[in-house]
Amino acid sequence: MRLSYYPGCSLKATAKEYDMSARDACKGLGIELVELDDWVCCGATCAHSTNHMLSIALPSQNVALAQRAGMDLAIPCAACYSRVKKADYVLRNDDVMRQKVEDIVDFKYNASVNVHSLVEVVGQLGEKAIAEKVQKPLKGLKVVCYYGCLMVRPPQVTCFDNTEHPMFLDNIVKALGAEPIQWSYKTECCGASLSLTSKDVVHGMVGRIIDAAKEVEAMAIVTACPLCQSNLEMRQAKGTDLPAFYFTELIGLALGLPATKKWSNLHLVNPNPLLQSLSLAD
Amino acid sequence: MSFIDADKRKFFNEVREKSGQPIDLCYQCQKCASGCIATGFADYYPNEIIRLVQLGQKERVLNSSSIWICSSCEMCGARCPNGINTAEVMDALKEMAIAAGTVKEKNVLLFHNTFLSSVRAFGRVHEASMMGLYKLKSGDLMSDMDFGMDMLKKGKLPLLPHRIKARGKIKDIFNKTAH
Ligand code: SF4
Ligand code: SF4
Repeated sequence: MRLSYYPGCSLKATAKEYDMSARDACKGLGIELVELDDWVCCGATCAHSTNHMLSIALPSQNVALAQRAGMDLAIPCAACYSRVKKADYVLRNDDVMRQKVEDIVDFKYNASVNVHSLVEVVGQLGEKAIAEKVQKPLKGLKVVCYYGCLMVRPPQVTCFDNTEHPMFLDNIVKALGAEPIQWSYKTECCGASLSLTSKDVVHGMVGRIIDAAKEVEAMAIVTACPLCQSNLEMRQAKGTDLPAFYFTELIGLALGLPATKKWSNLHLVNPNPLLQSLSLAD
Repeated sequence: MSFIDADKRKFFNEVREKSGQPIDLCYQCQKCASGCIATGFADYYPNEIIRLVQLGQKERVLNSSSIWICSSCEMCGARCPNGINTAEVMDALKEMAIAAGTVKEKNVLLFHNTFLSSVRAFGRVHEASMMGLYKLKSGDLMSDMDFGMDMLKKGKLPLLPHRIKARGKIKDIFNKTAH
């Protein structure tokens, strides 16, 4: 399978272990990712909070680039995915907006490429195909899968399996040999967009999620979003030390890929003691 | 909806049109508020914002912190039995508050603007300079220094921005969409 790949700004900086692990994990699973040439920032929350037209036009530039590249687009960052998917949804369904955006971005939309979240791409391989590639099953690793808000909502746009109780991440983690625990905070928002500006609020939001994870005795949280991952690690109460993994890092571990230690070393909460205690890392 | 006061009607119509949401249908079931993470941290529940809009309460709505503390998590819209996407309403209200000069959470807007300036200049956001600039302008210099240093050490905050080739086109998009 060959896909265009849109890493987004965070994966080039604060979430670079997500970028590295996504590339390696996909390679290991037989998915070829080709980085979209000269991609532009999706505008994130900042664009849609202040200027609706800009928030559709900016990511539409990436849709235009993907269209030119001629392959479906895979996006690891949940926030980027949500913005590009929304733009594609508007271009596909709203004739008036499409004409305006085509004018602003100077391209002709032809609905030929589909926008996918990277989790969706991996999930569609199926549990069996993933399990067959596993070299080192993640035995004993009990985790909660945290989907957050942007990957699953709004449901009309994202079309995932189940908005309230999604399972696609749980299924991947299970195929890797880990144990996904069911919990009630899968799709609550962690408030990452407010992490710099309203810290007290975000401490409260993250606190609730971490407490819920600890209540079901999770050893770690699994995410598919750079904003969630860093927000959960940064804004948890000091001394909690509950690591948050990108799902691609777990794939790397289970596939026995060589670079996993490099990714772990980049976390704000060091996951190595946990991995070592389960003999999943040295 | 019927109004005695023309200004109140005008505000209601404007929000409905700008957000594209059927706010007249809200019957205050509070499903939105029950799942909203911002309740407890902001001045109004999302259903209260919708009610205030229905009642044409422009000043109270545009001066509220709720529209800025809303994280756009879309939980409210996913659960509303009447198909009202309140996150879209909140976005429309933010734009209106900016236009009216009544932004309650000034740092949130400052962050958005700092972020977008970076995108406008480089085509991508440059996290290191964007965060530094935000901290300078907001006066919140010292907090999170430990995380900042840790990330620098780990090479997670490259000091030089990546400039995309199509910067001219991006400026063009910004200009054509400017209010
Ligand atoms: S869920 Fe919908 S109908 Fe119910 S109070 Fe909220 S906006 Fe109104
Ligand atoms: S989108 Fe905003 S109003 Fe709606 S549930 Fe999330 S935080 Fe609350």
